[in-house]
Amino acid sequence: MNFPERNRSFKPPKELKDYPVGTAFPAGHLVDTNAAWRSLRPVIDAIKCSNCLICWLLCPDGVIHRNSEGGLEIDYDFCKGCGICSKECRQKAIRMESEGE
Amino acid sequence: MVEKRAFISGNEAVAAGVCLARPHVIAAYPITPQTTVIERLAEMVEDESLRAEYLHVESEHSALSACIGASAVGARTFTATSSQGLLYMAECLHYASGGRFPVVMMNANRSVALPWNIYGDQRDSLSLLDCGWIQAYAEDAQESLDMILHAYAIAEHPDVLTPMMINLDGFVITHTYELVTIPAQSDADLFLAPFQTSNKMDFDSPMSLGFTAGPAYNQAFKQLQHLAMLSASRVIREVEEKFGQLFKRNYSGLLETLYCDDAEYIIVTLGSVAGTLRPVIERLRALGERVGLVRIRYMRPFPLEEIRKALAGAKAVGVLEKDISFGFEGTVYTNVNSALMSANLMRPRLRNFIGGLGGKNISAQDVEMMFSRLKSSDEGERVEFI
Ligand code: SF4
Ligand code: SF4
Repeated sequence: MNFPERNRSFKPPKELKDYPVGTAFPAGHLVDTNAAWRSLRPVIDAIKCSNCLICWLLCPDGVIHRNSEGGLEIDYDFCKGCGICSKECRQKAIRMESEGE
Repeated sequence: MVEKRAFISGNEAVAAGVCLARPHVIAAYPITPQTTVIERLAEMVEDESLRAEYLHVESEHSALSACIGASAVGARTFTATSSQGLLYMAECLHYASGGRFPVVMMNANRSVALPWNIYGDQRDSLSLLDCGWIQAYAEDAQESLDMILHAYAIAEHPDVLTPMMINLDGFVITHTYELVTIPAQSDADLFLAPFQTSNKMDFDSPMSLGFTAGPAYNQAFKQLQHLAMLSASRVIREVEEKFGQLFKRNYSGLLETLYCDDAEYIIVTLGSVAGTLRPVIERLRALGERVGLVRIRYMRPFPLEEIRKALAGAKAVGVLEKDISFGFEGTVYTNVNSALMSANLMRPRLRNFIGGLGGKNISAQDVEMMFSRLKSSDEGERVEFI
């Protein structure tokens, strides 16, 4: 997979001196998740999926990833639940499931 | 190359100062009365007396955006604008200060429409006092040139890293010809080291630039900007001291005072109009009147302690400015009043004189009238248009 790893050892700044000057910081620091507002979760049915990669191309957040076996995985830490992947999938292989009450 | 004397306009003095600072990138869009600055710089780049990338952009918004982008790779940058152009940049002003990109800009103070008008007042820059830029106001062409050199040294200082705007009164400074000393390039190079920053895009130490900071962290960045701006007060003094040693021209930090040690009646102002006040004050002094002048050179950082000290012994103080915050008072007056109110001093009587809007002339007679208003104990209008 070629998406950035989350930096789980990142320590958020506590005092002013811990902050960078300006808005520049060493790259690759994905430090937080950002998906709390998702009400519907896309779930891929691997049996129906033809691996056409349309969803992979069209996901506006780039959170559908190809794993080492060539299959697809959705990064639920960042998927916003927009449903574009499900709408665009010609095999109807992506179901939008409720995240619960 | 040696220092030379030249009879040039304020705008040409700015261009000469910028040339001496060796910027890598200049991006600007022409607007009266700033145009001749960037025309002169374009000529310098064309004839290779200045080796810089000159970007012809389609708007002021793009001009400052381009400077921010260039600054983000560690380039020294310059832009210039005026009035509507400055307002069109407003969004980018915050980007530059928030990102801590030490862009240097010259602003030709000019009225803001409507009614349409190209002449000088200070409503353009003073309405943007809160955008996180260091704001300086020059009195003449020589100070304009020198302030450009100061500006790079101040803005790029690691304790400051804050963009700086040098304001010249439209036409009165920008288009008036004066005898100006232009430092030798070798001396300018001694004064101003090349720009160095770790806050940049760099292949050897990759950074993510212009990131997001949510509610938990955003305020800390703003607090850091505030502290950096406060540090600028000290850095300005250090820079001017070094400049004075090298060039034998001395400046007095955030403000300049004239006869404030024993003056009872003081006018506080900024920009070129101080030149109108000086001879009147000399004349009144010769008649035995204890009058004085405070010329604010920097509105941000604000000369808080300096104002308190300069006005400590005054009976009455008038703040003269080319600006009005409609429905209240002049913004400079608000700042001066706040500095005095928050100090445990005997407070002098304070009056606000608004003048020069849209280029309206402020004459020597007007200055005499203001001093006589200050002397009369009658309260009168708090805010008076002259
Ligand atoms: S729901 Fe939207 S964000 Fe989530 S994987 Fe599908 S397209 Fe991407
Ligand atoms: S669009 Fe549908 S079929 Fe195509 S790869 Fe995505 S899930 Fe599989």
